[in-house]
Amino acid sequence: MEIVQTVLSISLISSALAVVVVIADRFLNDYGECVIDINGGNRQMTVNGGSTLLSALAANRIFIPSACGGKATCGLCTVQVASDVGPVLPTEEPYLSEEQVNEGVRLSCQIKIKHDLEIHIPEELFNIEQYQARIEKITDLTHDIKEFRFALEEPAELAFKPGQYVQIDSKPYGSVTESVSRAYSISSVPSDKGFVDLIIRLVPNGICTTFMHEHVKEGDTITLRGPFGDFYLRDGADDLVFIAGGSGLAPIKSLVFDILEQGLEKNMTFFFGAVTKKDLYYVELFQDLEKRYPNFRYIPALSNPAPEDAWQGDVGLITDVVAKYVETPVNKQAYLCGSPGMINACINVLTGIGLTEDEVFYDKFT
Amino acid sequence: MGTPAAIHPIVILLAAIFTSNMVLANFLGMCPFISVSNEYKTASGLGKAVSLVMLVTTILNWFLYHYVIAPLGLEYLRFILFIVVIAASVQIIEMALDRYLPELHVKLGIFLPLITVNCSILGISLFMVIRDYTALQTVFFGLGSGLGWWLAICALAAIREKIARNKLPIGLGGPGITFIITGIMALAFIGFAGTLMIQ
Repeated sequence: MEIVQTVLSISLISSALAVVVVIADRFLNDYGECVIDINGGNRQMTVNGGSTLLSALAANRIFIPSACGGKATCGLCTVQVASDVGPVLPTEEPYLSEEQVNEGVRLSCQIKIKHDLEIHIPEELFNIEQYQARIEKITDLTHDIKEFRFALEEPAELAFKPGQYVQIDSKPYGSVTESVSRAYSISSVPSDKGFVDLIIRLVPNGICTTFMHEHVKEGDTITLRGPFGDFYLRDGADDLVFIAGGSGLAPIKSLVFDILEQGLEKNMTFFFGAVTKKDLYYVELFQDLEKRYPNFRYIPALSNPAPEDAWQGDVGLITDVVAKYVETPVNKQAYLCGSPGMINACINVLTGIGLTEDEVFYDKFT
Repeated sequence: MGTPAAIHPIVILLAAIFTSNMVLANFLGMCPFISVSNEYKTASGLGKAVSLVMLVTTILNWFLYHYVIAPLGLEYLRFILFIVVIAASVQIIEMALDRYLPELHVKLGIFLPLITVNCSILGISLFMVIRDYTALQTVFFGLGSGLGWWLAICALAAIREKIARNKLPIGLGGPGITFIITGIMALAFIGFAGTLMIQ
């Protein structure tokens, strides 16, 4: 009897409170319809107030880059807000520079829409679309890196610049109950229409990488968004230095193959850093390119080759190997993709050789 | 000390702030007290949020206890029911602040969800029952406990800001020295004990 009474009273009181909260939410969180004006009248949309700017824009198919899914931990979803939306929140402060704050730049995931807003976003964000893609093929590249080939279903084509990235939405699995968005660079070329290749390394305890490595199979459908990013080929120099480590090979592969396909008159040197031979992949692919194209050079380097590797190539940290081969800064640009540690070290080496900071482009893993 | 009903509400208010301060006499609500006391501004924000939630939830829980829990003989469920009320009221307070006092919401907003699990909030609801306070006494008790918590965290944050630039022995930095300071502050607050005699 007492058990029934206990269960009943807790359930009744909790339900009553839940109803109160729901009613309060209905009245207190109802801000009516608000109009969002983008880029001075360029686009206007009517949304229901009370939601965040990021989700309201996404619902209207304008996808602001975001890697954390609206938790204010990635700092990517910046938007310039011209209307008054209150002071910068403590959750935004760590991601905004003083200059950005003065320009009215805010994290769109932290802005709640309470009235009509006027915002400014880069025009290229209008090109970002959400895609449903089927996993066509999964290839093991190394012990912890896989390549995923996606066939785009809806929309059927994705126009991107080589070097750009897309976001994947993971689905809940095992003890992970949330869905997260993570960014991965495209390794295929734009001419490979209807397909997108991604190279994903398994990060220990990584929510999305574990999902992709252990919980998806060929034939599954995944949600992608893109293209994002400003890591793409710039005009100017004819001598290009590419440096990558781990899954940072992805955007470089796309860039190299696209340049060769377009027949651009560029000299390219591709440095790929790994620890032992088992971390290397696509070696034959790039060695074959090296044989076929005199303007492409491939230099894989191992920092700590195992005795059984019988490694004949360069040994040492990628920074030392780059310093050994790159002599002059004249007419050069460098494109880097890999871990923040590797990129910072390489930027130091390259600026030491004489490249200026606007000749070095990079895509850091975060 | 007379019967609880005889104690003047103002006495309860002052006692809750000074002699039986929630943190420094009862050592409740220590987690945010230690971890959010690096900076005076943030500490004060959290203190205000705690005060507001304490006041509102103790009053709600007083009515819940006297009109639902006690008549139905559900005293053994009061821990769970108090917590449910605290969780729900924090949600509603947050929404209401966002709507009507957005300025205050900006300052307190990030702290409000944290406070749901602050043990001093539950603590005062339980004390109010144990001590058999009337509704009026409860209002002053809730207000005083909140103000006392606010005072304590502001004092600690001010001290921590002062010592932030000092060199400390390795291993004593951060929480270590904070616990020592808290202990000394608690000793200092004992000095108030003679002025008011309320448990």
